[in-house]
Amino acid sequence: MAHLTGRVWKFGDNINTDLMMPNIAYESPPSEQPKFVFSANRPGWSSQVQKGDVIIGGSNFGTGSSRPAAKLMLGLGISAIVADSINGLFLRNCVNFGLPAFSCPGVSALFEEGDTAIIDYPGASIRNKRSNDSLSGRKLPQSLIQLTLSGGVVPLLRREGYLKE
Amino acid sequence: MGMTMLEKILARCSDRQRVETGDVVSCRVDWAVEFDLPFARSHNRPVPNKVWDPSRIVLILDHVVPAPTVVMADGLKAARAFAKERGIKHFYPEGRQGICHQLVAELGFALPGMLLACGDSHTSASGAFNCAARGLGMMEMLYILCKGETWFEVCPTVRYVLEGQLAEGVYPRDVIHHIAGVYGEHLNQNVEYVGPGLKRLDMAARQTIATMSTELSAEFATFAFDEQTEAYLRDRAQESYSPVESDKDARFTEVRTINFDKLEPQVVMPHFVPHNVRPVGEVAGMKIDQGFIGSCANGRIEDLRVAAQILKGRSVHPDSRLIITPASTQVAIDAAKEGLIEIFLRAGAVFTNPTCGACNGGHMGLIGAGERCLTSSTRNFKGRMGSKDAEILMASPATVAASAVAGVICDPRTTNQERNAGR
Repeated sequence: MAHLTGRVWKFGDNINTDLMMPNIAYESPPSEQPKFVFSANRPGWSSQVQKGDVIIGGSNFGTGSSRPAAKLMLGLGISAIVADSINGLFLRNCVNFGLPAFSCPGVSALFEEGDTAIIDYPGASIRNKRSNDSLSGRKLPQSLIQLTLSGGVVPLLRREGYLKE
Repeated sequence: MGMTMLEKILARCSDRQRVETGDVVSCRVDWAVEFDLPFARSHNRPVPNKVWDPSRIVLILDHVVPAPTVVMADGLKAARAFAKERGIKHFYPEGRQGICHQLVAELGFALPGMLLACGDSHTSASGAFNCAARGLGMMEMLYILCKGETWFEVCPTVRYVLEGQLAEGVYPRDVIHHIAGVYGEHLNQNVEYVGPGLKRLDMAARQTIATMSTELSAEFATFAFDEQTEAYLRDRAQESYSPVESDKDARFTEVRTINFDKLEPQVVMPHFVPHNVRPVGEVAGMKIDQGFIGSCANGRIEDLRVAAQILKGRSVHPDSRLIITPASTQVAIDAAKEGLIEIFLRAGAVFTNPTCGACNGGHMGLIGAGERCLTSSTRNFKGRMGSKDAEILMASPATVAASAVAGVICDPRTTNQERNAGR
């Protein structure tokens, strides 16, 4: 797989799912939900994000609920999330929706906002284009990498005839 | 090298002799528990046209009952249709309901030695029953509904040895707040709870601690099995079960002793949980606009009894309000039988139907801009219970009830002393 390259947005520690997907999104059509991402902690951010951008997070990124926040990130065009550490349930959601994400201790110190990140998702490594510094993170099992890159659970189940069309 | 109780369950479900830290295993689940929200059209989740085993799927409507909006009403309708079309045997709609984690306990689905899959993040609640249970999210549940299996990575385990006795006015909720305050998050770690202190933790207490272990960001949280577990399940268990215990030579990444004797009531401060906890004395006097007692963490009859003991003959402060939401229909029935509901209503509290309700801010009891809520529910995240410009603090039901009466955060031990002194 080719490396992902994207502009970096930085977020801190304990960024939770309720910030990513506030309750108002539950009442909105799927196409409108991404605009509510981080509206409580960073108003206006969702309109600045461009397709291919990358989130670099602090520790315990994605802590909290099962709400399908990864889907909203994809809707915004986010191509990958790399954080000092990622909450286990959020990471599962990323895999199941098809959003590349991995934990990489120290990554938040490697980047400033606006830097360009070059990411090898299967290899769980990341490089700062500006400084040329790089780090390796926590690799996911090959099967989960494949599941992510093929779009998550839905295409798989659809192919196997489990879903109503 | 032996295995932990959790590792034994993961080994059984993956048809292995043993599992070790770092293994990624594919596991058959024993029960799949689904709830209402994934059926809302805003979630846009495809519907399965065939399921793995309709007799092993439990469908519970809990987060938004009765429906607060048309979007949710349509979602509940879709959930009912799914139950009917797919012949889901264990279906619990409005009126026969409760929060899914409480219902799977009351109805004996959460069983020792078993693997219970559920989409909701607080699925760790069922760990109280020596059951492997983890929140998985709605897409993974879709996979499980279709195939009856999923994957887990075997993570290292932190063992908590509980000992001593909680002082009056100090509750299981304070124990888990203490752990979160001192040890912070437990990413990529399991936790297990054992020790002589378990004798003095009833099943409700263990459910509180297990539920809130999700806020430690732990993978699985599992309690040892004992005679109290057995007694609770005696007339409830859906089927026979085999408890698991950690081997003497099981490997733990750390063993930490929690001595109950020294604990005080603990309050979690706004917006996040790990390392964000203070003794109640440090925040006493802070004004609160709303108190909430409920949720899968603290909406059980044991919690309502504690609240009633404080609220009996007292009134909620005129500048505050208190909402009490039972975790299930059965809890509400017990509260009615024991006269608790009358105590709550006479004290000026609002007593609602069983639901997740105010906890996830989707349904009843929201808070406005500039308001502060003290809650015994599960999360204090910015905006979760209403306005993003509100503050959520968390405490035991006793601290919430005492504070609602005072209109400011106060130490429930003081309130009890006043009563004992006849004031």
